[in-house]
Amino acid sequence: MVREAALTEMKTDTLTGADLLISALEKEKVEVIFGYPGGAVLPIYDKIYDSKFLHILPRHEQGGIHAAEGYARISGKPGVVIATSGPGATNIVTGLADAMMDSLPIVAFTGQVATSVIGSDAFQEADILGITTPITKYNFQIRKLEDIPRVIKEAFYIASSGRPGPVLIDFPKDIASSLTKQPEEQEMNLPGYQPTVKPNFLQIRKLAEAVSRARKPVILAGAGVLHAKASHELLQYAEQQQIPVIHTLLGLGGFPANHPLFLGLAGMHGCYTANMGLSECDLLINIGARFDDRLTGNLDHFAPKAMVAHVDIDPAEIGKNVPTLIPIVADAKAALTALLTQTDSPPDQKDWLKQLQEWQEKHPYHYDEKSETLKPQQVMEMLFSKTKGEAIVATDVGQHQMWAAQYYRFNQADRWVTSGGLGTMGFGLPASIGAQLAEPGACVIAVVGDAGFQMSTQELAVIQELNLPIKIAIFNNQSLGMVRQWQEFFYESRFSHSKIPVQPSFVKLAEAYDIKGYTITNAEEAHEILDEVLHNREPVLLDFRVDAEENVYPMIAPGKGLHEMVGVKE
Amino acid sequence: MKRIISLTVMNRPGVLNRITNLFSKRNYNIESISVGLSEHEGMSRITCVIHVENEKLSEQITKQLNKQIDIIKVTDITDQAIVARELALIKVQSNPQTRNEIYSLIEPFRASVIDVSKDSIVIQITGEFEKIEAFVELIKPYGIKEMARTGTTAFPRGTQRHVNQKTFSIV
Repeated sequence: MVREAALTEMKTDTLTGADLLISALEKEKVEVIFGYPGGAVLPIYDKIYDSKFLHILPRHEQGGIHAAEGYARISGKPGVVIATSGPGATNIVTGLADAMMDSLPIVAFTGQVATSVIGSDAFQEADILGITTPITKYNFQIRKLEDIPRVIKEAFYIASSGRPGPVLIDFPKDIASSLTKQPEEQEMNLPGYQPTVKPNFLQIRKLAEAVSRARKPVILAGAGVLHAKASHELLQYAEQQQIPVIHTLLGLGGFPANHPLFLGLAGMHGCYTANMGLSECDLLINIGARFDDRLTGNLDHFAPKAMVAHVDIDPAEIGKNVPTLIPIVADAKAALTALLTQTDSPPDQKDWLKQLQEWQEKHPYHYDEKSETLKPQQVMEMLFSKTKGEAIVATDVGQHQMWAAQYYRFNQADRWVTSGGLGTMGFGLPASIGAQLAEPGACVIAVVGDAGFQMSTQELAVIQELNLPIKIAIFNNQSLGMVRQWQEFFYESRFSHSKIPVQPSFVKLAEAYDIKGYTITNAEEAHEILDEVLHNREPVLLDFRVDAEENVYPMIAPGKGLHEMVGVKE
Repeated sequence: MKRIISLTVMNRPGVLNRITNLFSKRNYNIESISVGLSEHEGMSRITCVIHVENEKLSEQITKQLNKQIDIIKVTDITDQAIVARELALIKVQSNPQTRNEIYSLIEPFRASVIDVSKDSIVIQITGEFEKIEAFVELIKPYGIKEMARTGTTAFPRGTQRHVNQKTFSIV
């Protein structure tokens, strides 16, 4: 009887599109959803009401998608976002562009007006497919109920395989609410999408031979190493061949910073040794980095003496900016595994390692340690030493971001969440929420500037509601620090709209959300308060009043080559 | 330099938008783009003629197109032996005095007249881009009232005899 009843139930129309969505998400083992309800997603939210997902309600959709990005970066799983049609959908646009630039797997669902009125400029209608086509890896609009399971399967597959990226699914309201029976299972239909994972053997041979001939080799490791979970292989390979490793901004943590072969961060605010290493090397092995302009500086002066090998899962990145002699289209892990099995003799690079070592000792990062005012670099060093370098650091964009990259020395993978490619202010605070949810036991520090913080303060409500033990460290210089720095250097100190002397009391603001807050004006206070709060399992806001005139050094001016750094310690 | 790129794409909504979006996002110049059904059901063939400064750029375009999930195959066929055709419809002013003259131009180009009215005729011409350009130049003095061109559509010849082998893709 029961079986018969079940059979008839399957044959009649009892499931809505929203039911199909929920069961597809369960199938993908989704645990957390960052979503904001609204008219067009009401049928979906009615089903979420009974579901087992942990649903996080950000206080702005943009906060929701940045949180999903933080979650994806730390957990390695796609971050799931729901927004309603029209303004809800357009509010996640910045996050989609950010995830696209930094290759983060996101699956975003947007509500859409009913199919019968699409194109009529209906209430809360926006052509979100048209808007997001250039900033998503792929996007879909559901047209038929029976396609829902397949489309969602495809979306998760596309978002998380190959070079990860954001995928958007537009869900018309009538499709979510109309009834159907359990559809037949459909296979994925993506004949045009076959990411190359395994490297070409001949190219691997070419690289192995080039390595053994090299005298001044370096590895430039990008976020591709993290996406492929290849840190272990990278460490093994670097040690096997004794090749020094340089990181891009997004790659930090892929190679342990305390390792003798680690040279540091390269690029516009990278360290002397890393930048000179790139300028002087004779073999540059790029693994999973895309030669972004902030890394390379002027391309005419970039790695002028080097033979370039480039391992990337995205063939379009190879040769895009830098002429490449040895192209290897592959996943970083697969390529490194293949390289590890080659038996060529390691390079003879003793002089090179000695030279690099000398540079390391002679030209480290530096700031005025005797200063009376609280130095941002000093605060960052404290955060590093007091958390033993084990915290997850999520940053906003600007000076504080660069100081975090310079002074917080990541020894493990997946501890670093930052907006690199798009450089999105307002990213840090919500991203820290996602990171904390991905690893509830971790110590998470949101490193933000006073300006970027004010772009997403509303998310304090989420932190308080869930009692997330995030340490919000505001590097308060009462200005848009990086903009101010550029104006100082390149616009004759004409500080046009980069100083923000009028601010709310951040401590009172935190208190309004029932979060503890401290204002910290000197090093002594900083030590004391950090010792007190860092290991508490409750949120706290720390308003560090740092030196407002401080600049980030070294710096490479736009249009200059990597070797033309200014502000290097002599 | 001019490149002819042949694409096989999934016949899905928004495909053309994805391609043109990519061209404008990356600041590539399209001379023409022609779309139609292909020999496979559910797939279309698109022929793009583009102008690029150097080979590196044309390689980038090919790779970026290849990344598109709805695009099955991308081939830069410029350096292959290909058949390439374009169709143009040209409405030319004509009166009984000039009509014969125009007809004498039409014949060597193997064009045809497909509509005649009191003061104009409509000429249909097919051929490679350069042939149509030449014909348009000749007919211009008579007064072109309207013109519609399809853009080039092309694919490789059955036999590749004088192949100047150049591969762009590294996958």
